[in-house]
Amino acid sequence: MEALQARLKTPADLERYRAAIKAKQETITHRLSVCGGTGCAGGGSARIRDYLQDYLARRGLSARVALRFTGCLGLCERGPLVIVSPGEIFYQKVTAADAAEIVDQTVLKGELVERLLYTDPLNGEKYVSANEIPFLKKQSRFLLGDNWRLDPASIEDYLGLGGYAVLAGCLDGLNGAEIIARLKASRLRGRGGAGFPTGIKWAEGREAPGDQKYIICNADEGDPGAFMDRSLMEGNPHSVLEGLIIGGYAIGAGEGIVFVRAEYPTAVKNIRLAIARAEEVGLLGEDILGSGFDFRVSVSVGAGAFVSGETSALIRAVEGQVGEPRQKPPHLAQQGLWKKPTVVNNVETLANVPLILRLGTESYSGIGTASSKGTKIFSLVGKVNNTGLVEVPLGMTLREIIDDIGGGIKGGKRFKAVQTGGPSGGCLPASLLDLPTDYEALSEAGSMMGSGGMIVMDEETCMVDLARYFLAFLKEESCGACFSCREGIARMLEMVEAITRGESSPGQLELLEELAAVVKEASMCGLGQTASNPVLSTLRYFREEYLAHLVDRRCPAGVCRDLISFRIEAGICNGCGACRKSCPAGAVEGKKKEPHRIAAALCTRCGICLETCRYGAVLKE
Amino acid sequence: MVNLTMNGLEIAFEKGASLLEAARFFGIEIPTLCYNEGLNPYGACRLCLVEVGAPGRSRLVSSCTYPVQPGLIVRTHSARVLKARRLLLELYLATCPSSKIIQDLASKHHVTRVRFKQKNEECILCGLCTRYCAEQMHGHAIGMVGRGAERRIGSAFNKKSEDCRLCGGCSYICPACQARCQGPDEKSAVCGACLNLAPPCLDDHDDAMCYLDPCAACEMRGER
Repeated sequence: MEALQARLKTPADLERYRAAIKAKQETITHRLSVCGGTGCAGGGSARIRDYLQDYLARRGLSARVALRFTGCLGLCERGPLVIVSPGEIFYQKVTAADAAEIVDQTVLKGELVERLLYTDPLNGEKYVSANEIPFLKKQSRFLLGDNWRLDPASIEDYLGLGGYAVLAGCLDGLNGAEIIARLKASRLRGRGGAGFPTGIKWAEGREAPGDQKYIICNADEGDPGAFMDRSLMEGNPHSVLEGLIIGGYAIGAGEGIVFVRAEYPTAVKNIRLAIARAEEVGLLGEDILGSGFDFRVSVSVGAGAFVSGETSALIRAVEGQVGEPRQKPPHLAQQGLWKKPTVVNNVETLANVPLILRLGTESYSGIGTASSKGTKIFSLVGKVNNTGLVEVPLGMTLREIIDDIGGGIKGGKRFKAVQTGGPSGGCLPASLLDLPTDYEALSEAGSMMGSGGMIVMDEETCMVDLARYFLAFLKEESCGACFSCREGIARMLEMVEAITRGESSPGQLELLEELAAVVKEASMCGLGQTASNPVLSTLRYFREEYLAHLVDRRCPAGVCRDLISFRIEAGICNGCGACRKSCPAGAVEGKKKEPHRIAAALCTRCGICLETCRYGAVLKE
Repeated sequence: MVNLTMNGLEIAFEKGASLLEAARFFGIEIPTLCYNEGLNPYGACRLCLVEVGAPGRSRLVSSCTYPVQPGLIVRTHSARVLKARRLLLELYLATCPSSKIIQDLASKHHVTRVRFKQKNEECILCGLCTRYCAEQMHGHAIGMVGRGAERRIGSAFNKKSEDCRLCGGCSYICPACQARCQGPDEKSAVCGACLNLAPPCLDDHDDAMCYLDPCAACEMRGER
């Protein structure tokens, strides 16, 4: 794309520029979208891109075949992914060695590379088009759907898809109050976790007195197993930026800040690039599109503290202080960054803004349930067949997400629980699988929407051990200021650890519940107030499992090492010696071709012998 | 003035003040560990919790950091508040039993047993010493280090800070024990003790007020 001669000065300039981009794009016959999302990049997709680029150049195809290194395409389980259009041919588990074949067969001859096609694990059918794959077909990918159509580094791709038209429309014809009225009517709720209505938040920001205001995009996503915000920032940074600029215009802020954690280097790079490109073409800076509205955006990189995702802590972090929450009120809309009125929105919330204004509030609020509107991105991880990023209408039941989209539990095992909402969320059992993913319904069940992490667990997960895991995470990540949170979490962890070691007594469960309730009530910020949820929800739905540890000294899932033992069944063991050789503790003894046995005193219960034995002679009890 | 309801009484109190200040002004006793009139409120000890909001939609907040708000309904000694306060005191006893202030508060609140594993910490991280050093002495010689369970009081690079004027205020204000004078052993970054001073303290730092009581240096010189 040739460089722009001058900054865009009017909405008409923008449309002319867009038309030029589209005309240029018409010369392209094929597009190859290589997924550069978290999972696929880990699988080596950058190398696939390099090979493709190199091969296209050698075949002289570079001019008419466009190669994109895109954001997350969703089905991380089958990565690295490559989509070839036209036809949206979906290739999975691609390696660099397949690059030449994809170009020769599919691009040049229009034939399929059969072995790279997706086969559904449930019905065994082969699918060609990305649009037909059950995992993607059952989703409503409003926010993520464009990911394969655009290169995050290219503002032209975003403009070619109609990007920034909503911003131009707002600047040209709407004032801040009108935009806020539309957001209120759409009933969009914050996607960061608490679900506060975005329209009301913006109205508070707009009405707050002061001529210097800020709007901050909160991209400090830190939940274990969550990568929704990261993928949006990596895959479609301009959609987030457009939402941020509209927000700045609506509340009257002159400055926007993207607070993103340093652990997301690609997100940091892509949003910086997006800001730079938007400045170049004139969608950021002074007098945007001739509207008289000045707006600048900077990036603030966080040092990786989970608690800095809490809005008041985030503001301190942006100011260069230690990220520690403070008591609200005064609310951020009155006293935020540098004591000025500030609005903080989550990444996904901001990406929803241009979508709402484009679709219109009526069709947007047609998606979802009575109180929860629109779609929500979940990172579906754990023991499901199709792990990945899914975007569904709010209100879809957990069962539909896990079974229909996620393809059910891996290895034909039994579903046990799903953890929603990250460390602040809770675990829901099989009996609640028909619960709709709705802010209220999840809260009532003792979990929460959170930012959208969804960890699926099968019968081999110990719920006490899971509570221990989240407590250990929070023990590290609490800022440590409130005694109730710092000491409370440490003590809950201590008690849960004692349970996993079988060193506890039944009365401890009641004390644990009592303490969990006080940690929830007495702590200052959202972290402490939700820190007990993993304990409380597992106690509520899986109390028998706690009792099995306490009373029977038994871990039903076979996870807690102090409560399990390994034994070799003499009738099955043929004395091959594989377990003896692999045991790191030297606990397996026995002569060749004679049944072996495990010395309990030496055994560390690591389970390697169980994994090594090909005859099923090692038993876990 | 701001009008609000506290324990069923209609009260008016100056704007910008905290609920704790209002409660104490009207003679309502609320226990605290991390609060001091001369320092910025910190809200860390959580003992000053009060219940705010209309019944059914109320929540617990630390009264030292919560400003008086028009029409706010505050209950300083509701069953919910007392339950939380008592459990927190039990947790304090289990963590730092050697503090007389904590022992006294616990006994005042009828906390007579400790069901948690007994520890013997020397610091409850109330932040009085660090705030004292920063706000009253403009020293910033000590501060909070680390996060979560790793959090502790320390000085930069764990070296005795050159900004420390040995005023002793940190040990004077400490409700627990860590900042108490540790004797001539220099392992504590907080002070290192008056016994190491040569010539002793105020001879060199006449403007610094000494709060150490008793001060071993004074005793050595026979001034006490």
